[in-house]
Amino acid sequence: MINAVGAPQSMLVIGATSDIARATVTQLASAGRLQRVVLAGRSGAALDAEVERVRRLGVPLVTSHHFEARDRAGHEQVVADAFDAGEIDVVLICFGVLPDEDRVRAEPLAAAEVVDINFTAVVTTLLASAKHQRAQGHGVIVVLSSAAAVRGRASNAVYGSTKAGVDALASGLGDALQSTGVSVVVVRPGFVRTRMTAGLRPAPLAVTPQDVAEAIAANLTLGSRTIWVPTSMGWVMGALAVTPRALFRRLPI
Amino acid sequence: MRLARGDGAEGADAGDSPAAPVVQELTGWGRTAPTVAHVAAPSTVTDVSRFVAESGSRGVIVRGLGRSYGDAAQNAGGLVLRLGAFDEIGPVDPETGLVTCGAGVSLDRLLREVLPRGWFVPVTPGTRQVSLGGAVAADVHGKNHHRDGSLSAHVAALTLVDGRGVVRRLTPSDDLFWSVPGGMGLTGVVLEVTLRLIRVESSLMQVDTTRTGSLDETMAVLAESDRTSRYTVAWVDCLARGSARGRGVVTAGDHATSEQAGEHAGGQTRGSLSRALGRRPLPAPPWAPSGALNLVTVGLFNEAYHRRAPRATRRSLEGVGTFFHPLDVVDGWNRIYGSRGFVQHQFAVEDPECVRRVVGRLSDRRAPTFLCVLKRLGPAGRGPLSFPSPGWTLAVDLPVSDSLGDLLDELDADVLASGGRVYLAKDSRLRPESVALMYPRLDEWRSLRDELDPEHVFQSDLSRRLNL
Repeated sequence: MINAVGAPQSMLVIGATSDIARATVTQLASAGRLQRVVLAGRSGAALDAEVERVRRLGVPLVTSHHFEARDRAGHEQVVADAFDAGEIDVVLICFGVLPDEDRVRAEPLAAAEVVDINFTAVVTTLLASAKHQRAQGHGVIVVLSSAAAVRGRASNAVYGSTKAGVDALASGLGDALQSTGVSVVVVRPGFVRTRMTAGLRPAPLAVTPQDVAEAIAANLTLGSRTIWVPTSMGWVMGALAVTPRALFRRLPI
Repeated sequence: MRLARGDGAEGADAGDSPAAPVVQELTGWGRTAPTVAHVAAPSTVTDVSRFVAESGSRGVIVRGLGRSYGDAAQNAGGLVLRLGAFDEIGPVDPETGLVTCGAGVSLDRLLREVLPRGWFVPVTPGTRQVSLGGAVAADVHGKNHHRDGSLSAHVAALTLVDGRGVVRRLTPSDDLFWSVPGGMGLTGVVLEVTLRLIRVESSLMQVDTTRTGSLDETMAVLAESDRTSRYTVAWVDCLARGSARGRGVVTAGDHATSEQAGEHAGGQTRGSLSRALGRRPLPAPPWAPSGALNLVTVGLFNEAYHRRAPRATRRSLEGVGTFFHPLDVVDGWNRIYGSRGFVQHQFAVEDPECVRRVVGRLSDRRAPTFLCVLKRLGPAGRGPLSFPSPGWTLAVDLPVSDSLGDLLDELDADVLASGGRVYLAKDSRLRPESVALMYPRLDEWRSLRDELDPEHVFQSDLSRRLNL
């Protein structure tokens, strides 16, 4: 159960080895209530190392589960296994790829694979998690969207479109789940300094995984909502969203 | 199924048809951590047995009037039973004061019924808006704990539906009886309570009010009052600093004799007893901004409350409502804490130094609390999970904030190291591993529970959170 001051006892992390996922688990473990964490990700040394790391954070029961975003048939089972073993207070859906825009535009099938990973796999895991949390009468699903979801940009049209899909589904579902005890928190970070963005030139208002983790922890029990990291990114993107297209396409973003 | 929303206390009706559960969002009185359950209002014993026997894997718990502060009376994804239909009040035995009531009877209704005839409940918490079943399950205590113990000491018998749906009659001579007080509804559905009422000659209280200037003085006056008065309590100003830290107002009272009451009111008789409970409560505003209770407003309130009390001890007559249930004046006062809700933290500890450290910590941290109540507790009762233990108990209301979790964990650590415990009826954030340390008889309670409920069909958010 999530207690009165917002500390959860159990978590399912899908995309467990991502930098934002790791920072969020650390942040939520700091309240000292986490008893069980299920880490889903691609099997391998990185996932094993993450299991060890979370144990060292003081979580008594940490298990890992192989999750392959491209294998959509297996997604429901990954989620079901986590819930079968007990309560899941928080589901963190935190995986995705940032493709080389030029390459995926040249190879439509590669773009479709990005859609499978960034969007389809979120659809399956998000809907499955919502179904299980409804049955248990409570829970929070945290979904990583992006500032890129708000308006398609020339520099990341494919990536932005997948995040737009994620954002629309997660916000709509969060509203549909009112009064069910389940809420969906949509997180829209701007540029986050992670392995995924390594080598890219940081955009203005860049944040760290720790900033994202703190924002998630602070908004965990406030119901279905959309949060920007940093908060000021919301104002910037709000302005960009209403910028006339003729002007928007000329902006160096 | 239909959707409904409820927070804090609600009426007993959960739906038009008592048999059909309604999906409802529930919180405790602190309005934190909402979860959704299927709420049903059975009207017969057979219905209750059936609901218990047929409850699914998410189990079943009873919810009385929703005055537990935390998550004791909610059951995410499971079944929640409301027993408003069990509202009978039997005749009072004129010799023994014994009365048998349905578990859904509120203390308010019971008092309105019996007080005009010269009876009073043996123990009452700070509100009358609790169900009798809930009061027994939490084993509530009152201002007279130092003298009369907790409620379970005055219960002569209970009717309980156990985890198999079987109706049992339990008396204090049965070990299983003692799994109920403090058991937070996890050992069965209390359907009926036989309670021993006490005789009173009037509906008034003779009250001594003393203003104190420091925590040491507050504690000394309280301890002294315990020797002379049946009912004692202290309000403590947790925001005052320096030498005034822990200053307070101590009230000590006894039921006024008819002679004392008559002298005051010019021939007031028992016929006016019912008036002592006062009018219907005022409604609280439906919404309050989250920051309404801050250091400034609470500081001003505390200053005014302290100054209002007489400098020297003063004796006065008060109605029982004013004396015992000051918070019942405003209905739904829990809303003033705003949308994030509040936590009431109550602990019991023998060592007065622990109380001093906690008050010091609250004062140092500038925790905005206007409700901070200190009281001495007498000997513990027999229930393994019954909260009261000899020494001191301090209860503090604190609005939820980002730093509240850490502050309360620090208080818990001190309480635990001092051999104290936290009250489960108030709790909403204790560490599960602390429960066994605070309640050393937890395993004894668990074995009684396993006898009454081998399949653990009785579950609540509290039992899940604390791994009870």
